[in-house]
Amino acid sequence: MITFNQVTKKYSSEKTAVKDVDFTVDEGKIVVLLGPSGCGKTTLLRMVNRLESITEGSIVIDNENSMDLDAIELRRKIGYVIQSNGLFPNMTIEENVMIVTDLLGWNKKKKKERFNYLMKLIGLDPKIYGKRYPHELSGGQQQRIGVVRALAADPPVMLMDEPFGALDPIIREKIQDEFLQIQREVKKTILFVSHDIDEAIKMADKIMLLRDGEIMQYDTPSKMLSHPENEFVNQFFGKDRAIKSLSLHTVRNLQEVIGLAEMDESIYDTKTINVNQDLRNTLSMLLNQEADQVIVTNDQDEKIGSITIDLVQKYLHYEIKGKMSVSQEG
Amino acid sequence: MEQWARFLEINAPRILELTLDHALLVSLAIVVALLIGVPLGIYLTTNEYLAGTVLQVASVTLTIPSLALFGIMIPIFSLINKGIGFLPAFVALVLYSQLPIIRNTYTAIKNVNPEMRDAAIGMGMKTHQRLLRVEIPNAMPVIMAGIRTAVVLNIGIAVIAAYIGAGGLGVLITQGISRGDNYLIISGSLAVALLAIIADGLLLLIQKRFTTKAVVE
Repeated sequence: MITFNQVTKKYSSEKTAVKDVDFTVDEGKIVVLLGPSGCGKTTLLRMVNRLESITEGSIVIDNENSMDLDAIELRRKIGYVIQSNGLFPNMTIEENVMIVTDLLGWNKKKKKERFNYLMKLIGLDPKIYGKRYPHELSGGQQQRIGVVRALAADPPVMLMDEPFGALDPIIREKIQDEFLQIQREVKKTILFVSHDIDEAIKMADKIMLLRDGEIMQYDTPSKMLSHPENEFVNQFFGKDRAIKSLSLHTVRNLQEVIGLAEMDESIYDTKTINVNQDLRNTLSMLLNQEADQVIVTNDQDEKIGSITIDLVQKYLHYEIKGKMSVSQEG
Repeated sequence: MEQWARFLEINAPRILELTLDHALLVSLAIVVALLIGVPLGIYLTTNEYLAGTVLQVASVTLTIPSLALFGIMIPIFSLINKGIGFLPAFVALVLYSQLPIIRNTYTAIKNVNPEMRDAAIGMGMKTHQRLLRVEIPNAMPVIMAGIRTAVVLNIGIAVIAAYIGAGGLGVLITQGISRGDNYLIISGSLAVALLAIIADGLLLLIQKRFTTKAVVE
C-alpha cells in the first residue's frame, strides 16, 4: 500500500510541480497516473523512490514513511521500470534481471531459481536467453526483461514509468495483456504512469487524472468515463468516452445483463467471436459490416447466440443511465 | 639499396636499443598518466565544480609547445640536479597525456545514456556500484580512445625529448639533422612511425578483447 499525504513538490517558489496530492494505492492494485505532459505524473512517481525530493507532505509505503528509510535500501525494495527499459548493454540478460538480488546479496542457487521462474512468467527460455545480451533481443522482449528485472527481488511495490510507451501498438497490446496476466499471479501494488487513455482504461484498477500537479479525479475507469467530475475530465476522455468505456466490458457482461439474440440459421454469411471479447472490439466488428450475423461462442467453442448493434446500444444505455440513477438516489 | 643494407648492418643494434629506450620512456609515462588521469576523470564526474577547472588546466598544458615544456622542466629539475635526462622528459610526457585521458574518461562517463543511469540509481545502486557495474564498462571504448590518443601523441613528442638528453629515437633524427645524414633521419623517423602504428594497433586489440560486443556497437 502506498499513501500520499498532502504531497507537494516545488522546484522553486513559483514553480510547483505537484500540489497537495492526497491519495492511496491499495495493496495489489494498479493505479494509473494519467494526464497531459507536464502535469506532474512522472515527478509524482519518482518521489516514491526518492529520485525526486518531497517538498512538503509524506509518502508512506506499507506503514513506513519513505523518508525514514535509507534511500538505497528503499529503492531496492521497490521495482522500477522505465520507458526505454534501461537494460545495461554490458550485461547479459541474466545479469540484468538479477541485479537487485545481486545487490541484496542473494546466493547463487536462489538467484538461479528465481531467474528461471521469472523467465517462465514471460515465456522466454532461461537457457537460451540468459546468456544473450540486450541488443540481441527484440524491443518487445527487452521490455519484458525490463519488467521482470523489476520483479526480481519480489518487491511489494512497483513503479512503472510509461513502460510500454516505446513499443508499436500491436506488441504493446500483447505485452499489456501479458502483464495483466502476470499481475494476477504476483499481485503487486503498482503505480503506473501513462499518457495513453486506452492503456490507462485497460490497465488501471483506478485512474488518477492530473493537471498542473493537481488531482482532477481519482476513480475507477468506468466511473471516470461515465461520471466525469469536471469539464477537464470530460474533455480529456473525449467525446468518444462512451465507446472507450466499452473496452471495460465483455460480451459475457452483456449476456448476463440483457441476454444475447437468437441465432438465425438461414444466414450463411457469419463470423464468430468469443464471449470474453471486449465490447469495443465487438462493436467495431459490427460496424465494419464484416458479416451479416455475428455469432458468440463460449469457451468450449459452442455457439450460444448472436450479437447486434442494438444490443450493444441497449447495454450501454443500461450501464451509463442505470448507474447514474442509482448514484443520484444514493 | 646496397648502402641501406650496409647502414643497417652497422646501425641495427643501435636503432633497436634506441627504439626500446623510446618505448620504455613512453610506456612508463603512460602508466603513470593512467594511474592519475583515469581515477581523476572518474572522480570529476561526481564533482562538477572541480571538473571545469581541472579540464581547463589540462587543456592549457596541451597548448604549451613541447620544446617549451621540456625547456621549462630543465630549471625546475635542476633544483634536484636532474635538469636533463630521463626524469624531466618523463614528467613532461605525463603532463601531456593528462588532457586526452582525463577528458575522455570524464566525457565518456558523463555521456552514458541518462536512462541507463536513471535505472541504475532507481534500482538502488550506490555511486561506486553504478560506476563500476554500469558507467565505466559502457564508457570503455571512449576511455580507451583517449588512452590511444595519448600514446600516439607521446610517441611523437618523446622524439623531442632527445634535445634534453632523454635518449630515444629522437637521437637518430637530431644527429641526422646536425650531420646532414639522411640515413639516420629516415631510419629514425620510420622507427617512430612504426612504433606509433604498432602501439595503436595493440591497444585497439586490447580494447576489443575487454569490451563486450554490445558496448562497442
